[in-house]
Amino acid sequence: MSKVRVLVGTRKGAFLLEADGSRRSWEVRGPFFPGWEVYHVAGSPADPERLYASASSSWFGQVVHRSDDGGATWHPVGNAFAYEGVPGTHQWYDGKPRPWEFARVWHVEPSLDDPDVAFAGVEAAALFRTDDAGEHWRELPGLRNHGSGPSWQPGAGGMCLHTVVLDPANANRIYVAISAAGVFRTSDGGATWEAVNKGLRSGEIPSSDAEVGHCVHKLAMHPSRPAVLFMQKHWDVMRSDDEGGSWREISGNLPSDFGFAIAVHAHEPDTVYVVPITSDAHHFPPDGMLRVYRSRTGGDEWEPLADGLPQQHCFVNVLRDAMAVDALEGCGVYVGTTGGQVYASRDSGDHWEPLVRDLPAVLSVEAQTLT
Amino acid sequence: MSAGPPAGRDGRATRAVAVVLPAQLRALAGIESAVVVEVSPPVTQRGVLDALEGAWPVLSGTLRDPVTRRRRPYIRYFAGGLDLSHADADAAVPEAVAAGREPFVVIGAMAGG
Repeated sequence: MSKVRVLVGTRKGAFLLEADGSRRSWEVRGPFFPGWEVYHVAGSPADPERLYASASSSWFGQVVHRSDDGGATWHPVGNAFAYEGVPGTHQWYDGKPRPWEFARVWHVEPSLDDPDVAFAGVEAAALFRTDDAGEHWRELPGLRNHGSGPSWQPGAGGMCLHTVVLDPANANRIYVAISAAGVFRTSDGGATWEAVNKGLRSGEIPSSDAEVGHCVHKLAMHPSRPAVLFMQKHWDVMRSDDEGGSWREISGNLPSDFGFAIAVHAHEPDTVYVVPITSDAHHFPPDGMLRVYRSRTGGDEWEPLADGLPQQHCFVNVLRDAMAVDALEGCGVYVGTTGGQVYASRDSGDHWEPLVRDLPAVLSVEAQTLT
Repeated sequence: MSAGPPAGRDGRATRAVAVVLPAQLRALAGIESAVVVEVSPPVTQRGVLDALEGAWPVLSGTLRDPVTRRRRPYIRYFAGGLDLSHADADAAVPEAVAAGREPFVVIGAMAGG
Protein backbone atom coordinates (compact mmCIF):
# COMPACT_ATOMS: atom_id res chain seq x y z
CA MET A 1 0.00 0.00 0.00
CA SER A 2 1.21 3.49 -0.70
CA LYS A 3 2.51 5.69 2.06
CA VAL A 4 3.29 9.35 2.45
CA ARG A 5 6.22 10.81 4.32
CA VAL A 6 6.16 14.53 4.99
CA LEU A 7 9.57 16.05 5.72
CA VAL A 8 9.35 19.13 7.90
CA GLY A 9 12.21 21.52 8.60
CA THR A 10 11.76 23.93 11.50
CA ARG A 11 13.64 26.57 13.44
CA LYS A 12 14.52 23.99 16.08
CA GLY A 13 14.92 20.69 14.30
CA ALA A 14 13.35 18.37 11.76
CA PHE A 15 10.27 16.20 11.96
CA LEU A 16 9.00 13.35 9.83
CA LEU A 17 5.27 12.71 9.54
CA GLU A 18 4.19 9.40 8.04
CA ALA A 19 0.85 7.92 7.10
CA ASP A 20 -0.48 5.16 4.93
CA GLY A 21 -2.25 5.97 1.70
CA SER A 22 -5.45 6.90 3.47
CA ARG A 23 -3.56 9.81 5.10
CA ARG A 24 -5.90 9.69 8.10
CA SER A 25 -3.53 8.67 10.88
CA TRP A 26 -0.08 10.19 11.15
CA GLU A 27 3.00 9.08 13.04
CA VAL A 28 5.22 11.98 14.07
CA ARG A 29 8.95 11.45 14.56
CA GLY A 30 11.41 14.02 15.81
CA PRO A 31 12.84 16.38 16.58
CA PHE A 32 15.90 15.37 14.66
CA PHE A 33 18.87 17.71 15.17
CA PRO A 34 17.10 19.53 18.04
CA GLY A 35 18.15 23.11 18.44
CA TRP A 36 19.40 23.43 14.88
CA GLU A 37 17.64 25.44 12.21
CA VAL A 38 16.66 22.97 9.54
CA TYR A 39 16.05 24.99 6.43
CA HIS A 40 15.24 22.00 4.27
CA VAL A 41 14.81 18.23 4.27
CA ALA A 42 14.58 16.49 0.91
CA GLY A 43 14.23 12.94 -0.30
CA SER A 44 15.76 11.41 -3.39
CA PRO A 45 13.24 10.57 -6.11
CA ALA A 46 15.59 7.77 -7.18
CA ASP A 47 15.79 6.25 -3.70
CA PRO A 48 13.18 7.58 -1.30
CA GLU A 49 15.04 6.17 1.68
CA ARG A 50 17.89 8.57 0.92
CA LEU A 51 17.21 11.84 2.70
CA TYR A 52 19.25 15.01 3.01
CA ALA A 53 18.77 17.58 5.76
CA SER A 54 20.33 21.01 5.92
CA ALA A 55 20.87 22.02 9.55
CA SER A 56 22.56 25.25 10.50
CA SER A 57 23.16 27.29 13.58
CA SER A 58 24.26 30.81 14.30
CA TRP A 59 26.78 29.27 16.70
CA PHE A 60 28.08 26.25 14.85
CA GLY A 61 27.54 26.93 11.16
CA GLN A 62 26.34 24.43 8.61
CA VAL A 63 25.97 20.69 8.95
CA VAL A 64 24.39 18.53 6.27
CA HIS A 65 22.96 15.22 7.44
CA ARG A 66 22.10 12.19 5.36
CA SER A 67 19.85 9.25 6.05
CA ASP A 68 19.91 6.05 4.04
CA ASP A 69 16.98 4.46 5.80
CA GLY A 70 14.13 6.91 5.50
CA GLY A 71 15.09 8.94 8.53
CA ALA A 72 15.55 6.13 11.04
CA THR A 73 19.22 7.04 11.38
CA TRP A 74 21.21 10.05 10.25
CA HIS A 75 24.85 10.94 10.01
CA PRO A 76 26.64 14.17 9.17
CA VAL A 77 28.25 14.46 5.76
CA GLY A 78 30.34 17.19 4.17
CA ASN A 79 29.91 20.76 5.31
CA ALA A 80 32.70 22.45 3.35
CA PHE A 81 31.11 24.77 0.81
CA ALA A 82 34.04 26.61 -0.74
CA TYR A 83 33.51 29.01 -3.59
CA GLU A 84 35.61 28.26 -6.64
CA GLY A 85 38.49 30.62 -7.29
CA VAL A 86 38.64 34.14 -5.96
CA PRO A 87 35.11 34.73 -4.67
CA GLY A 88 34.79 38.34 -5.79
CA THR A 89 32.01 40.55 -4.54
CA HIS A 90 28.30 41.11 -4.76
CA GLN A 91 26.44 44.14 -3.44
CA TRP A 92 25.42 44.53 0.16
CA TYR A 93 22.28 46.27 1.40
CA ASP A 94 24.06 49.60 1.31
CA GLY A 95 25.08 49.09 -2.31
CA LYS A 96 28.72 48.55 -1.43
CA PRO A 97 30.71 45.55 -2.64
CA ARG A 98 30.82 42.62 -0.24
CA PRO A 99 32.83 39.43 -0.66
CA TRP A 100 30.92 36.26 -1.30
CA GLU A 101 30.85 34.37 2.00
CA PHE A 102 29.06 31.11 2.68
CA ALA A 103 26.38 31.27 5.36
CA ARG A 104 24.07 28.26 5.02
CA VAL A 105 22.33 25.82 2.72
CA TRP A 106 18.78 26.94 2.06
CA HIS A 107 17.66 24.14 -0.22
CA VAL A 108 18.78 20.68 -1.25
CA GLU A 109 17.48 19.30 -4.52
CA PRO A 110 18.33 15.64 -5.05
CA SER A 111 18.86 14.40 -8.59
CA LEU A 112 15.85 12.85 -10.24
CA ASP A 113 17.70 9.66 -11.15
CA ASP A 114 20.83 9.27 -9.01
CA PRO A 115 20.53 9.18 -5.22
CA ASP A 116 24.19 10.13 -4.79
CA VAL A 117 23.78 13.36 -6.72
CA ALA A 118 22.20 16.44 -5.22
CA PHE A 119 22.32 20.19 -5.64
CA ALA A 120 22.54 22.68 -2.80
CA GLY A 121 21.38 26.26 -3.08
CA VAL A 122 23.24 28.38 -0.58
CA GLU A 123 23.59 31.84 0.93
CA ALA A 124 25.48 33.86 -0.29
CA ALA A 125 23.93 32.81 -3.55
CA ALA A 126 25.65 29.94 -5.31
CA LEU A 127 24.88 26.44 -6.46
CA PHE A 128 26.82 23.42 -5.27
CA ARG A 129 26.69 19.80 -6.38
CA THR A 130 27.60 16.54 -4.72
CA ASP A 131 28.25 13.31 -6.58
CA ASP A 132 28.98 11.23 -3.51
CA ALA A 133 25.83 11.57 -1.44
CA GLY A 134 26.88 14.72 0.31
CA GLU A 135 30.37 13.80 1.42
CA HIS A 136 31.86 16.49 -0.80
CA TRP A 137 30.35 19.53 -2.44
CA ARG A 138 31.73 21.51 -5.37
CA GLU A 139 30.49 24.79 -6.67
CA LEU A 140 29.11 25.24 -10.16
CA PRO A 141 30.81 28.62 -10.49
CA GLY A 142 29.37 29.55 -13.84
CA LEU A 143 26.28 30.82 -12.06
CA ARG A 144 28.02 33.14 -9.64
CA ASN A 145 30.33 34.22 -12.41
CA HIS A 146 27.41 35.30 -14.54
CA GLY A 147 28.26 38.80 -15.64
CA SER A 148 25.60 40.26 -13.42
CA GLY A 149 26.95 38.64 -10.24
CA PRO A 150 28.68 41.72 -8.84
CA SER A 151 25.34 43.56 -8.94
CA TRP A 152 23.31 40.98 -7.05
CA GLN A 153 21.90 42.23 -3.76
CA PRO A 154 20.33 40.35 -0.87
CA GLY A 155 16.66 40.35 -0.09
CA ALA A 156 15.55 40.83 3.48
CA GLY A 157 16.24 37.20 4.26
CA GLY A 158 19.74 37.24 2.88
CA MET A 159 21.14 36.67 -0.59
CA CYS A 160 19.97 33.13 -0.89
CA LEU A 161 19.69 30.66 -3.71
CA HIS A 162 16.49 29.07 -2.48
CA THR A 163 14.98 27.27 -5.45
CA VAL A 164 16.42 24.59 -7.71
CA VAL A 165 14.14 23.11 -10.37
CA LEU A 166 15.37 20.15 -12.41
CA ASP A 167 13.88 19.53 -15.83
CA PRO A 168 12.77 15.88 -15.94
CA ALA A 169 12.97 15.88 -19.74
CA ASN A 170 16.46 17.35 -19.99
CA ALA A 171 19.10 16.55 -17.38
CA ASN A 172 21.19 19.51 -18.51
CA ARG A 173 18.41 22.01 -17.92
CA ILE A 174 18.25 23.50 -14.43
CA TYR A 175 16.48 26.59 -13.16
CA VAL A 176 17.47 28.40 -9.98
CA ALA A 177 16.02 31.41 -8.23
CA ILE A 178 17.89 33.89 -6.08
CA SER A 179 16.62 36.62 -3.79
CA ALA A 180 17.04 39.26 -4.94
CA ALA A 181 18.63 38.57 -8.30
CA GLY A 182 16.01 36.56 -10.15
CA VAL A 183 15.80 33.38 -12.20
CA PHE A 184 18.74 31.80 -13.98
CA ARG A 185 18.72 28.90 -16.42
CA THR A 186 21.39 26.54 -17.60
CA SER A 187 21.18 24.23 -20.58
CA ASP A 188 24.56 22.58 -20.11
CA GLY A 189 24.30 21.06 -16.68
CA GLY A 190 25.40 24.18 -14.85
CA ALA A 191 28.50 25.27 -16.75
CA THR A 192 26.92 28.44 -18.11
CA TRP A 193 23.82 30.36 -17.11
CA GLU A 194 21.54 33.00 -18.46
CA ALA A 195 19.22 35.33 -16.60
CA VAL A 196 15.62 34.64 -17.58
CA ASN A 197 13.60 37.44 -16.04
CA LYS A 198 11.99 39.06 -19.06
CA GLY A 199 8.53 40.27 -18.18
CA LEU A 200 9.12 40.58 -14.45
CA ARG A 201 8.26 44.00 -13.12
CA SER A 202 9.60 44.93 -9.72
CA GLY A 203 8.78 48.29 -8.25
CA GLU A 204 11.39 47.79 -5.56
CA ILE A 205 14.24 48.42 -7.97
CA PRO A 206 14.99 51.56 -9.97
CA SER A 207 14.64 49.91 -13.36
CA SER A 208 11.46 47.93 -13.10
CA ASP A 209 12.29 45.67 -16.03
CA ALA A 210 15.96 45.13 -15.23
CA GLU A 211 17.63 41.88 -16.25
CA VAL A 212 18.42 41.07 -12.61
CA GLY A 213 17.45 42.44 -9.22
CA HIS A 214 14.06 40.75 -8.98
CA CYS A 215 13.10 39.19 -5.68
CA VAL A 216 11.78 35.87 -6.90
CA HIS A 217 10.42 33.89 -3.97
CA LYS A 218 9.75 30.46 -5.46
CA LEU A 219 9.35 28.55 -8.72
CA ALA A 220 7.21 25.50 -9.47
CA MET A 221 6.97 23.15 -12.43
CA HIS A 222 4.78 20.20 -13.29
CA PRO A 223 7.00 17.32 -14.43
CA SER A 224 4.79 16.49 -17.39
CA ARG A 225 5.10 20.00 -18.81
CA PRO A 226 8.59 21.30 -18.09
CA ALA A 227 8.36 24.26 -20.44
CA VAL A 228 5.81 25.87 -18.14
CA LEU A 229 7.01 27.51 -14.94
CA PHE A 230 5.05 29.22 -12.21
CA MET A 231 6.53 31.85 -9.94
CA GLN A 232 5.63 33.56 -6.70
CA LYS A 233 7.56 36.79 -6.77
CA HIS A 234 7.91 39.28 -3.93
CA TRP A 235 4.83 40.84 -5.42
CA ASP A 236 3.08 39.17 -8.38
CA VAL A 237 2.35 35.59 -9.32
CA MET A 238 3.84 34.88 -12.72
CA ARG A 239 3.86 32.22 -15.41
CA SER A 240 6.21 31.33 -18.24
CA ASP A 241 5.23 29.10 -21.15
CA ASP A 242 8.61 29.16 -22.83
CA GLU A 243 11.10 27.75 -20.33
CA GLY A 244 11.50 31.05 -18.58
CA GLY A 245 12.09 33.00 -21.77
CA SER A 246 9.30 35.38 -20.88
CA TRP A 247 6.90 35.84 -17.99
CA ARG A 248 3.38 37.14 -17.68
CA GLU A 249 1.42 37.99 -14.58
CA ILE A 250 -1.36 35.62 -13.50
CA SER A 251 -2.25 37.18 -10.15
CA GLY A 252 -5.81 37.77 -11.34
CA ASN A 253 -8.30 38.00 -8.49
CA LEU A 254 -5.97 37.09 -5.64
CA PRO A 255 -6.58 39.20 -2.51
CA SER A 256 -2.85 39.88 -2.40
CA ASP A 257 -0.23 38.84 -4.90
CA PHE A 258 2.49 38.97 -2.29
CA GLY A 259 3.52 35.60 -0.93
CA PHE A 260 6.28 33.08 -0.71
CA ALA A 261 5.14 29.56 -1.61
CA ILE A 262 3.78 28.16 -4.86
CA ALA A 263 3.07 24.57 -5.90
CA VAL A 264 1.49 22.65 -8.75
CA HIS A 265 -1.05 19.84 -8.39
CA ALA A 266 0.52 16.42 -8.88
CA HIS A 267 -1.89 15.34 -11.62
CA GLU A 268 -3.24 18.57 -13.08
CA PRO A 269 -0.54 20.76 -14.66
CA ASP A 270 -2.80 23.79 -14.72
CA THR A 271 -3.85 23.56 -11.08
CA VAL A 272 -1.66 25.87 -9.04
CA TYR A 273 -1.59 26.77 -5.35
CA VAL A 274 -0.39 29.93 -3.62
CA VAL A 275 -0.80 31.34 -0.12
CA PRO A 276 -1.44 35.08 -0.33
CA ILE A 277 0.28 37.13 2.34
CA THR A 278 -0.86 40.66 3.14
CA SER A 279 2.26 42.57 2.10
CA ASP A 280 6.00 42.80 2.33
CA ALA A 281 5.55 44.70 5.58
CA HIS A 282 2.83 42.46 7.00
CA HIS A 283 3.90 38.84 6.74
CA PHE A 284 0.57 37.28 7.65
CA PRO A 285 -2.55 36.36 5.70
CA PRO A 286 -5.05 39.05 4.76
CA ASP A 287 -7.66 39.70 7.44
CA GLY A 288 -6.14 37.11 9.77
CA MET A 289 -7.61 34.28 7.69
CA LEU A 290 -5.31 31.56 6.40
CA ARG A 291 -6.44 30.68 2.91
CA VAL A 292 -4.70 28.70 0.26
CA TYR A 293 -5.72 29.87 -3.18
CA ARG A 294 -6.12 27.46 -6.07
CA SER A 295 -6.29 28.15 -9.76
CA ARG A 296 -7.53 25.38 -12.03
CA THR A 297 -6.87 27.49 -15.11
CA GLY A 298 -3.13 27.93 -14.85
CA GLY A 299 -3.55 31.29 -13.18
CA ASP A 300 -5.63 34.46 -13.41
CA GLU A 301 -8.71 32.86 -11.83
CA TRP A 302 -8.26 31.85 -8.19
CA GLU A 303 -10.54 30.38 -5.56
CA PRO A 304 -9.97 30.48 -1.80
CA LEU A 305 -9.60 27.19 0.05
CA ALA A 306 -10.45 27.69 3.68
CA ASP A 307 -12.33 24.63 4.96
CA GLY A 308 -10.38 23.48 7.99
CA LEU A 309 -7.94 26.37 8.01
CA PRO A 310 -8.08 29.05 10.74
CA GLN A 311 -10.34 31.88 9.68
CA GLN A 312 -9.81 34.28 12.52
CA HIS A 313 -6.89 35.65 14.50
CA CYS A 314 -4.39 33.89 12.29
CA PHE A 315 -1.18 35.82 11.82
CA VAL A 316 1.30 33.21 10.74
CA ASN A 317 3.36 33.13 7.58
CA VAL A 318 3.92 30.36 5.07
CA LEU A 319 7.51 30.47 3.90
CA ARG A 320 8.76 29.73 0.40
CA ASP A 321 9.66 26.08 0.91
CA ALA A 322 6.73 25.28 3.18
CA MET A 323 4.17 23.97 0.69
CA ALA A 324 4.25 20.61 -1.07
CA VAL A 325 2.05 18.07 -2.78
CA ASP A 326 1.99 14.29 -2.78
CA ALA A 327 1.27 12.13 -5.81
CA LEU A 328 -1.54 9.99 -4.43
CA GLU A 329 -4.99 10.01 -5.92
CA GLY A 330 -6.70 13.17 -4.87
CA CYS A 331 -3.36 14.92 -4.53
CA GLY A 332 -2.43 15.72 -0.96
CA VAL A 333 -1.42 19.30 -0.30
CA TYR A 334 0.68 20.25 2.72
CA VAL A 335 1.31 23.69 4.18
CA GLY A 336 3.56 24.53 7.12
CA THR A 337 3.34 27.77 9.03
CA THR A 338 5.61 29.90 11.14
CA GLY A 339 3.19 29.15 13.96
CA GLY A 340 4.28 25.53 13.94
CA GLN A 341 1.25 24.01 12.27
CA VAL A 342 1.33 21.66 9.32
CA TYR A 343 -2.01 21.54 7.55
CA ALA A 344 -2.90 18.83 5.06
CA SER A 345 -5.58 18.26 2.49
CA ARG A 346 -6.36 14.85 1.02
CA ASP A 347 -8.54 16.24 -1.73
CA SER A 348 -6.54 18.78 -3.66
CA GLY A 349 -7.23 21.51 -1.16
CA ASP A 350 -11.01 21.26 -0.71
CA HIS A 351 -10.71 20.31 2.98
CA TRP A 352 -7.87 20.73 5.44
CA GLU A 353 -6.86 19.46 8.83
CA PRO A 354 -3.82 20.01 11.02
CA LEU A 355 -1.34 17.15 11.21
CA VAL A 356 0.57 18.88 14.00
CA ARG A 357 -0.11 22.18 15.72
CA ASP A 358 2.78 23.09 17.94
CA LEU A 359 6.06 22.52 16.17
CA PRO A 360 8.68 25.25 16.07
CA ALA A 361 8.27 27.67 13.18
CA VAL A 362 8.11 25.64 9.99
CA LEU A 363 10.72 26.53 7.39
CA SER A 364 10.10 23.80 4.84
CA VAL A 365 7.74 20.99 3.92
CA GLU A 366 8.32 18.25 1.39
CA ALA A 367 6.09 15.27 0.64
CA GLN A 368 7.32 11.87 -0.48
CA THR A 369 4.92 9.40 -2.01
CA LEU A 370 6.15 5.93 -1.17
CA THR A 371 5.04 2.72 -2.80
CA MET B 1 36.56 11.11 29.14
CA SER B 2 36.70 10.10 25.52
CA ALA B 3 40.16 9.85 23.99
CA GLY B 4 40.88 10.64 20.38
CA PRO B 5 43.77 9.19 18.45
CA PRO B 6 47.23 10.74 19.01
CA ALA B 7 47.85 13.79 16.89
CA GLY B 8 51.60 13.94 17.31
CA ARG B 9 53.73 14.81 14.32
CA ASP B 10 57.40 14.39 13.54
CA GLY B 11 57.75 11.78 16.24
CA ARG B 12 57.63 14.42 18.95
CA ALA B 13 55.98 13.59 22.23
CA THR B 14 52.47 14.91 22.38
CA ARG B 15 50.62 16.36 25.32
CA ALA B 16 47.17 15.30 26.39
CA VAL B 17 44.75 18.23 26.49
CA ALA B 18 41.24 17.97 27.85
CA VAL B 19 38.55 19.74 25.83
CA VAL B 20 35.03 20.50 26.98
CA LEU B 21 32.48 21.07 24.22
CA PRO B 22 28.96 22.53 24.18
CA ALA B 23 26.15 20.01 24.42
CA GLN B 24 25.10 20.49 20.80
CA LEU B 25 28.53 19.58 19.52
CA ARG B 26 28.85 16.62 21.88
CA ALA B 27 25.58 15.35 20.43
CA LEU B 28 26.77 15.97 16.89
CA ALA B 29 30.03 14.11 17.46
CA GLY B 30 28.58 11.37 19.63
CA ILE B 31 30.67 12.44 22.61
CA GLU B 32 29.28 11.95 26.09
CA SER B 33 31.69 14.00 28.16
CA ALA B 34 34.98 15.88 27.94
CA VAL B 35 37.49 14.58 25.44
CA VAL B 36 41.26 14.33 25.43
CA VAL B 37 43.28 15.17 22.37
CA GLU B 38 46.97 14.68 21.79
CA VAL B 39 48.64 17.91 20.76
CA SER B 40 52.19 18.43 19.56
CA PRO B 41 54.01 21.06 21.59
CA PRO B 42 53.97 23.93 21.88
CA VAL B 43 50.29 23.57 22.72
CA THR B 44 48.38 26.38 21.07
CA GLN B 45 44.75 27.15 20.45
CA ARG B 46 45.21 26.22 16.81
CA GLY B 47 46.92 22.97 17.76
CA VAL B 48 44.12 22.01 20.10
CA LEU B 49 41.45 22.74 17.53
CA ASP B 50 43.34 21.00 14.74
CA ALA B 51 43.72 17.92 16.92
CA LEU B 52 40.06 18.05 17.87
CA GLU B 53 38.93 18.26 14.25
CA GLY B 54 41.38 15.56 13.30
CA ALA B 55 39.96 13.18 15.85
CA TRP B 56 36.33 14.11 15.17
CA PRO B 57 36.10 15.36 11.58
CA VAL B 58 32.40 16.08 12.01
CA LEU B 59 33.42 19.03 14.16
CA SER B 60 35.29 20.64 11.29
CA GLY B 61 33.57 23.85 10.44
CA THR B 62 31.54 24.05 13.62
CA LEU B 63 34.02 26.07 15.68
CA ARG B 64 35.93 27.70 12.86
CA ASP B 65 34.79 28.62 9.41
CA PRO B 66 35.99 25.74 7.24
CA VAL B 67 37.39 28.08 4.61
CA THR B 68 38.71 31.10 6.49
CA ARG B 69 39.52 29.15 9.69
CA ARG B 70 38.28 32.12 11.68
CA ARG B 71 36.52 31.48 14.98
CA ARG B 72 32.79 31.58 14.55
CA PRO B 73 31.40 34.77 16.10
CA TYR B 74 29.31 33.04 18.78
CA ILE B 75 32.05 30.65 19.84
CA ARG B 76 34.20 31.39 22.87
CA TYR B 77 37.31 29.68 24.19
CA PHE B 78 38.11 29.68 27.93
CA ALA B 79 41.19 28.11 29.46
CA GLY B 80 42.99 28.46 32.76
CA GLY B 81 40.56 31.10 33.90
CA LEU B 82 41.19 33.22 30.83
CA ASP B 83 39.04 34.15 27.86
CA LEU B 84 41.19 33.11 24.92
CA SER B 85 38.57 33.90 22.29
CA HIS B 86 40.50 36.82 20.94
CA ALA B 87 43.96 35.48 21.68
CA ASP B 88 46.49 34.71 18.97
CA ALA B 89 45.64 31.24 17.71
CA ASP B 90 49.35 30.42 17.63
CA ALA B 91 50.14 31.56 21.16
CA ALA B 92 50.77 28.95 23.80
CA VAL B 93 47.79 28.13 25.99
CA PRO B 94 48.27 28.28 29.77
CA GLU B 95 50.55 25.55 31.07
CA ALA B 96 47.79 24.12 33.25
CA VAL B 97 45.83 23.42 30.07
CA ALA B 98 48.79 22.14 28.11
CA ALA B 99 49.57 19.80 31.00
CA GLY B 100 46.02 18.50 31.09
CA ARG B 101 45.30 19.78 34.58
CA GLU B 102 42.58 22.15 33.38
CA PRO B 103 40.40 21.80 30.31
CA PHE B 104 40.22 23.91 27.20
CA VAL B 105 36.59 24.95 27.30
CA VAL B 106 34.52 25.77 24.22
CA ILE B 107 31.20 27.45 24.81
CA GLY B 108 28.49 28.95 22.67
CA ALA B 109 27.90 32.58 23.53
CA MET B 110 24.69 33.38 25.33
CA ALA B 111 22.18 34.80 22.89
CA GLY B 112 18.45 34.96 22.59
CA GLY B 113 15.54 36.72 24.13
